[in-house]
Amino acid sequence: MHPLLTEEAGKKLLLLGNEAIVRGALEAGVAFATTYPGTPSSEIADNFFRISAESELYFEYSTNEKVALETAAGASVSGLRSMCSMKHVGLNVAADPLMTLAYVGVRGGMVIITADDPSMFSSQNEQDNRIYARLSNLPMLEPASAHEAKEMTEAAFEISEALELPVLLRTTTRLSHCRGIVTIGPLKPAKTKAVFEKDSARFVTVPAHARVRHGVLLSQGEKARDMACTSPFNTVIGKGTWGIVTSGIAYSYVADAIQDLGIEDRVKVLKLGFTYPFPEKLAVDFMNSVEKVLVVEELEPVLEESLKVAAQTNNIAIPISGKGPELFSRLFEFDPGLVRQVIARFFKVDYTSPKSIDIEEDPEPIQLPLRPPNLCAGCPHRATYYAVNSVLRETKTDAVFPTDIGCYTLGLLPPLKAADFLICMGSSVSSAAGIARATDQKVIAFIGDSTFFHSGITGLVNAVHNKHNFILVVLDNGTTAMTGHQPHPGIEITPPGWEKPSISIEAIARACGVEQVTVVNPINLAKTKGAVKEALESNRLSVIIAKAPCPLYEARMLGTKKKRGFVVGPECNTDCAECVEHFGCPALYRNPAPDSETTMIINDKLCIGCGVCIQFCKKIRPKKI
Amino acid sequence: MESYRVHLTGVGGQGTLLATTVLAEAAILAGYHAVASEVHGMAQRGGVVESTVMVGDVKSPIISDGEADVLLGFEPVETYRAMRKCSADSVVVSNTVPVTPFSVAIGMGSYPDVDKLFDFIRGQVKKLITLNAQALAEEAGSTLSTNIVMIGALANSGALPIAKEAFEEIIRIKTKAKFVEANLRAFELGFSAP
Repeated sequence: MHPLLTEEAGKKLLLLGNEAIVRGALEAGVAFATTYPGTPSSEIADNFFRISAESELYFEYSTNEKVALETAAGASVSGLRSMCSMKHVGLNVAADPLMTLAYVGVRGGMVIITADDPSMFSSQNEQDNRIYARLSNLPMLEPASAHEAKEMTEAAFEISEALELPVLLRTTTRLSHCRGIVTIGPLKPAKTKAVFEKDSARFVTVPAHARVRHGVLLSQGEKARDMACTSPFNTVIGKGTWGIVTSGIAYSYVADAIQDLGIEDRVKVLKLGFTYPFPEKLAVDFMNSVEKVLVVEELEPVLEESLKVAAQTNNIAIPISGKGPELFSRLFEFDPGLVRQVIARFFKVDYTSPKSIDIEEDPEPIQLPLRPPNLCAGCPHRATYYAVNSVLRETKTDAVFPTDIGCYTLGLLPPLKAADFLICMGSSVSSAAGIARATDQKVIAFIGDSTFFHSGITGLVNAVHNKHNFILVVLDNGTTAMTGHQPHPGIEITPPGWEKPSISIEAIARACGVEQVTVVNPINLAKTKGAVKEALESNRLSVIIAKAPCPLYEARMLGTKKKRGFVVGPECNTDCAECVEHFGCPALYRNPAPDSETTMIINDKLCIGCGVCIQFCKKIRPKKI
Repeated sequence: MESYRVHLTGVGGQGTLLATTVLAEAAILAGYHAVASEVHGMAQRGGVVESTVMVGDVKSPIISDGEADVLLGFEPVETYRAMRKCSADSVVVSNTVPVTPFSVAIGMGSYPDVDKLFDFIRGQVKKLITLNAQALAEEAGSTLSTNIVMIGALANSGALPIAKEAFEEIIRIKTKAKFVEANLRAFELGFSAP
């Protein structure tokens, strides 16, 4: 049985923040869960996926976040409790339904998880999604620990049903990926079937209805503000005349800093968990009880500005600070030492940071090699990139490479260097159109299979209709690899019990109106190069689907074992470095042995036996294993 | 209550995340509060994987520079790279076996002399313990147990207040059944490494 389905209420479990959210949802009787995977949110849905096989829960990986949100909304307006989880930038994709779903509201509780990524560990930006709560006028909760993540998720369903509004629960990478002790409560059986009760004046947002519903949303917002003022998640901790206001994971840094600095009797903390609507009355009472306020919040000055507005409205003249020089930055996540330092500086407490060891002070400075992430040995994406780059080299052609989001973004790195433009999911296709139209350069765009389903298709329809001219290479490895091998609508290697139809990318490309569509196995170098050559020569919009399963996924799902190994023959003793300078497989590198007989060497432990290298280098040959 | 901050660093595939969970669970079993953090996602494709475990009265799941009581390094260059987390009071436990970074493999940079890395570290911190965790894991029956060898060495370092038995119990109940015996041997070899 899935560990999160354990019945033992009162038990303490060491859970990831994301697992705690799942448990909270199960304790609230969630019946319906949707997602599009994205770090740092992915483990929420991956656990739901496994749990759905053992329970009544309906779960799906939807094609993108907009679809996921609308699907879950359909369940919740029908009366089921639903959860929709995504990373912060996913909420941009889902922003359209979000804004108006707020107008019509829900019947069954609905909780939307937005997992933000301050410092951009795995993201293209670090936008602060607390601002979405304000933009949509929806309530927002921000847990500060794994245990709170569980408690708040459960409470969020109650708040959602009380207000008939979806509730946003915002985590950050540190919260989603921290492990903490969580005391679990009883599971609640889910209501898994409902009847949609028609109410077109509420649910069909023609302007006349929407005008009314906007007023309803604002009045529900005032009720939500009252709830926030009395919420157990918004508390004043400690006593003293120095005030600190904080929310989310930053609270843990504040709590530790107060203890480390020994200022427990001087600081009072307003710890906010129900952060939107801003609990103004609570904040005013707090500000009236202290001499000055430091706001400790990562990214944007959201609480700080709300406090300043509340202070101005209520004639409170104490200093309120948060972002600024000598204070906190709007860039990146915080850490305990930084928060301790700023608190000490702001309240004028004597404090010296511990001296960290600086490797630059090594009397014999050591140049450390970098260790960037890399496409795995045997990754079919590398083979595709190599084929494209080889054809361009052979034909002395320059090309611009719009790329997209997935493992294959690592094609950016040398020696492949096959990435020139990337802003968001799906941008490869549409930006390729613009670059091709604006320049006379060849444009070859790369997109992954899951990303193609997510948001590549509309761009392709647009490209056909508006007669744009570029090559789109779909890197189809049969899974959503980067985020942990989640399924997508085109998968052919399926999880046990999977009874869903597979949707063909080739058929979609043709149906979009692309006339030149070629499917190749990138492991076959000659055929792949042939397809690239043909596409370049035809000089019109074309799609190449480079299709070969992610070897990690294949091995995990099918137990595929390495079939053969390769060795470098003794004739590899020249200056030729085609393999490392253009292919860049981590299993194939310069022989580090000082008296080595061969220039290159194959690491048999890393090599998976894909056999791409032997197609461009005759000095490499198979060996029996 | 005392508190202990442990920073773990290694390379994707070395099992640092399992080591993180084993350490946190052992701390809880020994009666301490614990909180941990992990980096997921892009970092795992052959890149550096860092994680933390806080034992005792600490809420923050991450460690600032200079504030690690213990650094558990699974790879020499990564141990050295993470020295910023340490101070003169830190205890460092490191594997001696390099994992060649891809940048070195393709000729961009070279792998430094491991002894030189450790010489510098030894002169900077309270205590440095080094061991060939890979060889000990092989001796235990599975190279996959390298992470558990490292946990064994950490358990014997004297840097944490967690009894050996707590680690062994967690290995028994939290690691995969078919690896338990090899893992327990690996733990013992790490624990008794010179």
